[in-house]
Amino acid sequence: MTAVPVNAVQSVPDAIESPGRRAWRRLKARKSALFGLVVIVLLVIMAVFAPQIAPYDPIKQSWTLVRKAPSAAYWFGTDEVGRDLLSRIIFGARASLSAGVISVGIAILAGVPLGLLAGYAGGWVDGVIGRLTDAMLAVPFLILAIALAAFLGPSLGNAMIAIGVTATPIFVRLTRGQTLSVKNEDYVEAARAVGNPPIRIAVRHILPNILPALMVQATLTIATAIIAEASLSFLGLGQQPPLPSWGSMLNSAQRFLSNAPWMAVWPGLAIFITVISFNLLGDGLRDALDPRSK
Amino acid sequence: MSRLLLKVEGLSKRFTAKRSVLGRTLAEVRAVDGIDLELRAGETLAVVGESGCGKSTLGRLVLRLIEPSEGSVVFEGTDLTALTATDLRRMRRHAQLIFQDPFASLNPRMTVSDILEEPLMLHAVVPPGERKARVAALLRQVGLRPEHAARYPHEFSGGQRQRIAIARAIAVEPKLIVCDEAVSALDVSIRAQVLNLLSELQKRLGLSYIFISHDLAVVRHIADRVAVMYLGRIVETGPAEQVFARPRHPYTRALIDAIPKPTPGARRERPLLEGDVPSPLAPPPGCHLHTRCPRATAICRSERPPLAAIAPEHEAACHHPLEAEADAVVDAVRDPRLESLMKAFDPPSVVS
Repeated sequence: MTAVPVNAVQSVPDAIESPGRRAWRRLKARKSALFGLVVIVLLVIMAVFAPQIAPYDPIKQSWTLVRKAPSAAYWFGTDEVGRDLLSRIIFGARASLSAGVISVGIAILAGVPLGLLAGYAGGWVDGVIGRLTDAMLAVPFLILAIALAAFLGPSLGNAMIAIGVTATPIFVRLTRGQTLSVKNEDYVEAARAVGNPPIRIAVRHILPNILPALMVQATLTIATAIIAEASLSFLGLGQQPPLPSWGSMLNSAQRFLSNAPWMAVWPGLAIFITVISFNLLGDGLRDALDPRSK
Repeated sequence: MSRLLLKVEGLSKRFTAKRSVLGRTLAEVRAVDGIDLELRAGETLAVVGESGCGKSTLGRLVLRLIEPSEGSVVFEGTDLTALTATDLRRMRRHAQLIFQDPFASLNPRMTVSDILEEPLMLHAVVPPGERKARVAALLRQVGLRPEHAARYPHEFSGGQRQRIAIARAIAVEPKLIVCDEAVSALDVSIRAQVLNLLSELQKRLGLSYIFISHDLAVVRHIADRVAVMYLGRIVETGPAEQVFARPRHPYTRALIDAIPKPTPGARRERPLLEGDVPSPLAPPPGCHLHTRCPRATAICRSERPPLAAIAPEHEAACHHPLEAEADAVVDAVRDPRLESLMKAFDPPSVVS
């Protein structure tokens, strides 16, 4: 097919900037989001290299070191059975971060396909999925997670599943709503007109366009999931002793609040910093991925 | 006369406007109300009418992007309304759509080459190894450069985007393209270029167009035949020249008279119609126009006028059609600005 330009077009701007690159540039411009991102990266490094970073064995007990206040040797002090708190905080990041990421991963893997199906198919499929999510959303988040975790049995893995299932309706709802708004766009009708099968339309044409909203929601939900994991561990339904998790550390600290307050301060601070970092990143992403803002 | 490509019979679409608690339909809009159409290979049929008259719905019904309530769409001997979903997708290779808004019709998350390769892949137009080359050829064909394939839609202007949309439509080598207000969103000079491109492609690829537009000046340039719609029905159809020069339906006449005259001091004729378009929820009985038509009589209020032949190839749905005035309004539909622009942008000679 040789073709002579019918009437050649004037210049096209030379800059090639993909939507992803544009979002990154705008994210970088936001100090608070960048701060959140840096802290999260540091936390991840800390969790991954915990054995190399931690000064002591996090589960080694010592009856001579019970409830020592922070000192040069034990920066964060020690707990009620003489374990180094700094080491436990560093190892505890593994439980918290993996609980946050894995449970949100479960929620996304279950929620996004259901939401796409409900939004794109509509009709009775939408009705059934919609009523089920409504029913789950009617129960407070933490109560449902606790009930599920208690039902599954106490372990970190079960706590993640419980949190993931509990967070699923959030993603079903969001995905469904976004799908409904995107599916009436001309480019989705164009995809139909060109002969795409429904699954390809959902995955190739709708999903990439609702991804920004999902990313923002995922980041914010990770923060919620970390708190949920801490709560479950606090109740003894998450990480099992002697392995450390910030929630279970808070749990054991509550009995010594008056004479060993540092035991509660560090895990509390760790949760606070992690959660706020994810929230800052989530807010920044929301702005950076919003096509309407410059 | 070339062969018949498309035959539409009794096509209707009713949308439910209001439902009872139990889901029974309480009110409905007949967006398209019993339409018959024919389109020949290589021909351009313009569908004109005011906004809300159902012309866009008609375009989507013809491609079965919306399910019709009644009627049939026979495309090259196959009734599209009877096809299964899989067969319908296969048929999409032969009939394509170009949208009004080029800012909405291209997926912002796909590069131009993704957009153009997709139809090639779906319909196996060329072997996978040749897709890149075909994308480059398509871009050249619509007056863009092959390097543009790596870009995203937001990096292009409106006219350039519409060229990409046209490239997507012709990628599958279709026989029919429905252009739904395809140039309405463009500046006059860009509009002239895109119109030239469309007629150029028609000549080269033997395309048939259903050209949906509210702009009679544009239609006059591109259409072989015209169908005028009012409230979901076709009121007049015929060769474009003839319909514009000698409209026989009062509504067509009113549409043509409504075009602003470019000449200063032009005689402003008394408006032919009174009032506004009635609500499509409750269109008047009989002829839909009778509430506004000065020629209306008792029969207009009770009986729907059928489309009847008035001259060869020329039909009007009116109980009291206008007389054939001798070229009274022949120049009313011209837009000198568009014409000169089209001439200016027309390539001096095209060597294929």
